[in-house]
Amino acid sequence: MADQLGGLVGGVLIGLAGAIMLLGAGRIAGVSGIAARGLGLGGGTMSRSSAWMFLVGLPVGALVAALLGGKVGPLDYVPLPAVIVAGLLVGFGTRLGSGCTSGHGVCGVSRLSQRSLVATATFMASGIATVAILRAAGVAL
Amino acid sequence: MSALRRLLPPLVSGTLFGAGLTVGGMVNPQRVRHFLDLFGDWDPTLAFVMGGALIVMAFAWRIQRGMGRPVFAETWSLPDRTDLDGKLIAGAILFGIGWGIAGICPGPAVASLALVPAKVLPFIAAMIAGMALHYLTIERTKG
Repeated sequence: MADQLGGLVGGVLIGLAGAIMLLGAGRIAGVSGIAARGLGLGGGTMSRSSAWMFLVGLPVGALVAALLGGKVGPLDYVPLPAVIVAGLLVGFGTRLGSGCTSGHGVCGVSRLSQRSLVATATFMASGIATVAILRAAGVAL
Repeated sequence: MSALRRLLPPLVSGTLFGAGLTVGGMVNPQRVRHFLDLFGDWDPTLAFVMGGALIVMAFAWRIQRGMGRPVFAETWSLPDRTDLDGKLIAGAILFGIGWGIAGICPGPAVASLALVPAKVLPFIAAMIAGMALHYLTIERTKG
């Protein structure tokens, strides 16, 4: 129950973050696009300094939350080769699909954007299928 | 509009976003993978994260419709495409596979730099390589 409550509070904070970007800057708080923009790898029209403000804010906010809230673990990572493959797929896939869980999943779905609804349903289904296949293959989660 | 005022919304937004991801448990890859483990040991926490974020954002979109322009910008810079194309679907499928394997997506990855930098750096390096690959092969070559 504490986890779910934390989830809800975290979700509200993420929603406020998206609302501030929308109403303050007139933009979508989509992390993959902003990251690409900050790195000069495409990603739209946001100024690179604005992109870096957002990208620096992410770990700063995480650190503040961790210091105030204490426990953030366990932070369990899969083996390195799997992490590398996953990172490549996430990086390429989010750029090809124009967004990730934040841009499509939060900002786009709440706007009832057809593209975001379809993208979110697709990456959820794809993620669920991947985990099911890994489980069927005997990989411990 | 002064530069400082323009930089304020992304900084505040990013900071709240990082805090929300941490409070919501999204920086824990195992929790995310267990949310996707629908046919196994399902953890519903991420649904609460999504729900909380969507409720607030739905209100934000209602407010947005009544505003002439953003508070700290001259104009709106919002996505306006409505078509469904193969890239959208293919990209979402590839992203979902990566997300399922590692339990990490871009927001939690960057936020985790403050929590477990050594552990998350390989993922971020690979993610940037994937983004660069897309930029060099597809984005830069289009029209």
